[in-house]
Amino acid sequence: MRLLAQQLLLGLLIGGLYGLAAAGLSLIFGVLRVLNVAHGELLMLGGYASFWLFALLGVDPFVSLLGVLPGLFLLGLCLYWLLFAFVVRAHEEVRIKNSLLIGFGLALALHALAVRLWTADERSITTAYAGAVLTVWELKVPLVRLASLALAFVLILGLHVFLRRGRWGQAIRATAEDWEAALLMGIDVRRAYLLAFAVGTALAGAAGSLVSVGYSINPSIGLEWTLKALIVVVLAGMGSIVGTFFGGLLLGAAEAVSIVVVGGPYREVVGLVIFFCVLVARPEGLFTRGALR
Amino acid sequence: MLEARDVHAGYGDVQILSGVSFAVAGGEIVALVGPNGAGKTTLLRAVMGLLPLRRGAVTWEGRPIHAAPTHRIVEQGIALVPEGRRLFARMTVEENLLLGAFAPRALQARGEGLERVFQIFPRLAERRRQLAGSLSGGEQQMVAIGRALMSRPRLLLLDEPSLGLAPRVVEGILEVLRQIHREGVGVFLVEQNVQASLALADRGYVLENGRITGQGSGRDLLRDSHVRQAYLGPLAMGR
Repeated sequence: MRLLAQQLLLGLLIGGLYGLAAAGLSLIFGVLRVLNVAHGELLMLGGYASFWLFALLGVDPFVSLLGVLPGLFLLGLCLYWLLFAFVVRAHEEVRIKNSLLIGFGLALALHALAVRLWTADERSITTAYAGAVLTVWELKVPLVRLASLALAFVLILGLHVFLRRGRWGQAIRATAEDWEAALLMGIDVRRAYLLAFAVGTALAGAAGSLVSVGYSINPSIGLEWTLKALIVVVLAGMGSIVGTFFGGLLLGAAEAVSIVVVGGPYREVVGLVIFFCVLVARPEGLFTRGALR
Repeated sequence: MLEARDVHAGYGDVQILSGVSFAVAGGEIVALVGPNGAGKTTLLRAVMGLLPLRRGAVTWEGRPIHAAPTHRIVEQGIALVPEGRRLFARMTVEENLLLGAFAPRALQARGEGLERVFQIFPRLAERRRQLAGSLSGGEQQMVAIGRALMSRPRLLLLDEPSLGLAPRVVEGILEVLRQIHREGVGVFLVEQNVQASLALADRGYVLENGRITGQGSGRDLLRDSHVRQAYLGPLAMGR
């Protein structure tokens, strides 16, 4: 029982990061109708950015988030202009196909780049406080992971508030719902696309930073994280931003239970089974009726 | 103020507009009538830059706008109330209205604009926190018109605002158009409701098969035998 509780706790802690990874993917998909399969690679880049800042300059990983967020935002702007801007002009069906091709190409390129720059070794940031543990009812709570969970929640909440209150946040929501009507409101829809893509990329980077502190990164983690984010997006419902946080927790918890019940190697399978079940039983997602909110 | 000359446009292989010309002067109400499929909606989309022209020109105060992106056209003072209203159904009435004032020109005055819209449509003030998708058809049309007014247009284009609404509601909407017109905003009304729109308009155009086939004052067009026969039915001929 205690083992289950401990695993469940760890599952929830990493689930918050699943949620953060999914929030960016969901934003991009909801607004651009483009599935960025290189999302996990962008997350990996964020992780290595924090790793480098720590290893070379000794910057605390939680501080380096302040640099990773704007850095990946800028990278998102460039990637959008270079690779996705012309895809978005196409019709929906062509859009999905082309974005998959471009995404896979980008993923491969970034993977190769990461192997070049950082080698295939497993990397993680080990700070002085890395081992700090809080013990509650005989359960061990790693403080770094707890802080990561809290930060993930804050970032998702921040995105939610921006989409609700911000002038451009509202423009992004309007564009997601009906881009032609958004144009008629005087919204520069292409700028809304650009902004959504860059914000989504920045969030992927932030998730990567947090992964590199509490867990570890290597050049091959991209696909795994894209998959997890995709599962969470489907779980939460396309475009439901706050829902992605809880969807992430749910996936983390389900994986934890499966580790105890059927064993660790089946962890990945459980996510896909959930993915399948949700698609069959409730394709609109668990936490939404399909809105970007 | 707005002038279209020899506008050709279409989708793919289908040519829909073949040389349409019309003009709306400042402070006029102009109606465009015609049967389903004549190209009325296509013409409005072409004016708003949602559809590229294949030939011809659209000018606004003498300057060409047909190469400008839609958001710039809105910024210059033209607003479209699109067919089917196209509200942001999952946003509240107030959010919809405020989005109408997204253009920088309208942004500063959006508080005033909101008050003015609530003055014109008091019902919307009561419903401001409701989701736009939950409103009745008539109320949704009010939001659509109010949202367009929020951009402080000098010319308001409307695509079938009476579609699917009860006659009493339509009468209310036409009255609002009269009021907007009195405040100095030009109105270009595209309608299948021929009788009501021509009666309201200073001038009218008839669009058939992508061509203008008739024009004149609203009253003259209503008396025109072709228009009467085609749009008001044989019974109207005797009147």
